[in-house]
Amino acid sequence: MKDVNLKEVLLQPIFKGNPISVLVLGICSSLAVTVQLKGALVMALSVIIVTGLSSFVVSLIRNSIPNRIRIIVQLVVVALMVILVDQILKAYAYSISKTLSVYIGLIITNCIVMGRIEAYALGNKPIPSLLDGLANGAGYGLILVVLAFFREILGSGTLLGFRIIPQSFYDAGYMNNGLMILPPMALILLGCIIWIQRSIQKDLQEK
Amino acid sequence: MEYLSLFVKSIFVDNMIFAFFLGMCSYLAVSKNVKTASGLGVAVIFVLLVTLPINYLLNKYILQPGALVWLGDEYAGIDLSFLSFIVFIAVIAAIVQIVEMFVEKFAPALYSSLGIFLPLIAVNCAILGGSLFMQERGYANVGEATVFALGSGIGWFLAIVALAAIREKMAYSHVPAPLKGLGITFITVGLMGIAFMTFMGIQL
Repeated sequence: MKDVNLKEVLLQPIFKGNPISVLVLGICSSLAVTVQLKGALVMALSVIIVTGLSSFVVSLIRNSIPNRIRIIVQLVVVALMVILVDQILKAYAYSISKTLSVYIGLIITNCIVMGRIEAYALGNKPIPSLLDGLANGAGYGLILVVLAFFREILGSGTLLGFRIIPQSFYDAGYMNNGLMILPPMALILLGCIIWIQRSIQKDLQEK
Repeated sequence: MEYLSLFVKSIFVDNMIFAFFLGMCSYLAVSKNVKTASGLGVAVIFVLLVTLPINYLLNKYILQPGALVWLGDEYAGIDLSFLSFIVFIAVIAAIVQIVEMFVEKFAPALYSSLGIFLPLIAVNCAILGGSLFMQERGYANVGEATVFALGSGIGWFLAIVALAAIREKMAYSHVPAPLKGLGITFITVGLMGIAFMTFMGIQL
């Protein structure tokens, strides 16, 4: 097991095996938080922490989990991590925690977390599992942040709440694209991201 | 009348898929043909319908701040709401296990076509999302929680069957190679979402 290439483990999920655009995992809980960059950043960070730590913990106890009840054990570990993140956010960043509302809780059912535990952490040592979890969280976060960047700048003309599109543009007749703020636009943008990625990496195309 | 309004609202306006993106993973993966899609849709309706009232009662009598007051006045200050994630997910996992055994026994064909996605209903965000929304919005009684569960389940069912039907037809059209499969599906769902937005603001 010494020959696990840690760099490979770390880089693979961010581009070539991106959990969202290639494996289609974990779209559920988070497209709705991409209206603004701030929410997306916090969400990305929470997911990175949860995937990393829960992969690490499951990997530590992987030899003592009976196979039949492993799903429940994994869910409990993940739920524990999510509760920690949720309580920390409630204590130190209450307003963000309010905007993210149920989506923090929904990290529990985020397929990335369970998927990486099932596919990687159950068969590998703690340190590579930790890195694998962190990297998958990061790959996921990357997509969230890219989506949120475009949605916020085109939809409200701001980034992290600061005005980016200058007032003179508005005076000249420029208008925010209200469509960008609506939920369906996140899906269409994600479709476009996948389009671009698959045009570059031809081996990912289907059929 | 309130029940009817809540019911219609949870099907169309607050649709789990189009307004909140909940349950996206299995939604995209199991929507390749209408038959399997409707099987999964019915399973989701059922699980929502069973878990939501149970979680509602648990939330009301055990988890909420001050909910333990029925045990005696000295318990009034206890707030167990931080435990709600674990409790909700445990209830859901148990119910899904029961449904799985039930389907395996009585509908083996459906069981094999749903494959891994039946146990994965346990981690379907729509189910946990339903429970969390129920907690956040504070429905007044079990009746409202049940109506909300039925409505959002039916909304999910409609959404997955509609997408499956579109994808069956789309198999015959020319899609640019990089968009094939996943990409075009996302864009289709987005367009469907925009169509669903026309229901917004409906009051009954």
